[in-house]
Amino acid sequence: MSAGSAVSRERTARHVGHVMGMPISLALRGRHAADEAGRAAWAEVMESLRRADEVFSTYRPDSFVSRLGRGELTPADCPPEVSDVLDLGEQASRTSGGAFSVHLPGPDGATVLDPSGVVKGWAAERAAEALRVLPETGFCLSAGGDIVCRTEDPDAAPWRIGIEDPADPQRLVAVVPVVDGAVATSGSAHRGQHVVDARTGRPPSGVAAVTVLSASLTEADIDATSAYAQGLAAATWLASRPDRSGLVVWSDGSTTTVHDGALVLPAVTSAGDR
Amino acid sequence: MKRIVLWFMSTLTVVTLLFGYHTSTSSQMSGNSSVLASPADGGATSSGQASGQTSSGSTDGSTSSGTAAGSTATVTGDSTGTRWGPVQVQITVTDGRIAAVDVVDYPSGNGRDRQINARALPILVQETLDAQSAEIDMVSGATVTSEGYLGSLQSALDQAGL
Repeated sequence: MSAGSAVSRERTARHVGHVMGMPISLALRGRHAADEAGRAAWAEVMESLRRADEVFSTYRPDSFVSRLGRGELTPADCPPEVSDVLDLGEQASRTSGGAFSVHLPGPDGATVLDPSGVVKGWAAERAAEALRVLPETGFCLSAGGDIVCRTEDPDAAPWRIGIEDPADPQRLVAVVPVVDGAVATSGSAHRGQHVVDARTGRPPSGVAAVTVLSASLTEADIDATSAYAQGLAAATWLASRPDRSGLVVWSDGSTTTVHDGALVLPAVTSAGDR
Repeated sequence: MKRIVLWFMSTLTVVTLLFGYHTSTSSQMSGNSSVLASPADGGATSSGQASGQTSSGSTDGSTSSGTAAGSTATVTGDSTGTRWGPVQVQITVTDGRIAAVDVVDYPSGNGRDRQINARALPILVQETLDAQSAEIDMVSGATVTSEGYLGSLQSALDQAGL
């Protein structure tokens, strides 16, 4: 299909673990893919994610974020990364016109502190630092379907990321080759509706999934959720964001591609897959 | 004009993506493909004329600037209009092999080569595709729970260990 497929692939070492209630998958290529340094880096990734879960989990009543939400602590009482994450949330709320928020309407109408929309991408990006320091080693790390990756050298084949079909998660709607960057998807396919438009407290309509490509997973994850929360405005909003590209799959199965501020309509298809 | 230099394979992928994407919305595929393919047999000549002109494009003729140095030739393809602006590629052929690909004009305004791929376009598939036929490394999708992981595409990839 693309020239990338023709490149002979090195052996890939894979690891799988579970933290924050989601699967973490890692693929490594190159010098440290299968040695002790690679395994140690994987252990460090998981440890980093476990630390994030302890601080940020809304499911653990004793986490800093849960105590913060109950008013038992102030941000100053928490580890410094709590303020970093809350700042990212405020920023995202501004850029999305309020559709994204870490302060969500709860079941009883009261506002609940839930920074989950920021934490996953941010935590995976931070955890990937343990992989970035491995010399001559490429990695592709997925945290529950949000991905950050890097190839080991400019001649290596890019990682090929499949974007799942929200109507049938066993199938793909698109493939994107990534040399160095992040891919995040927000949608309702697996968990049912869990993203809401913070302005209304209701799930978005008209959109099935939004995938965002960006240099960092922190940005990609926040923007995927922000765009998805806006329903029918997802693609036009995403087109207003700098240095992003992406794919919006609508509820009727049609798609819109966004690339550097341009909407590409109607959807185009790759000639190689007919 | 932005000038960015990329090495062969990664660039060819990018170029193929850009052109493949473009051509799927128009009908210039064969022309654009040949600007990549044909210099390989033109190493002995410094003209590169024939291959350059097959790059077709919607613009006015190609500029093929051969260099006289030994068996190295440089071919500049047509500027190809994409939805985001012109894309123009220059290929250096040494001893019959492609030695370098320069993207001499790229519409993003950002010349950093790593960025280009970080912002590569998703390539839509004509009909939804099986993972097996897509040769993928990872799956991006709405958050998978640990409970939902078994039986997921990602789980199959992890088990295959490719």
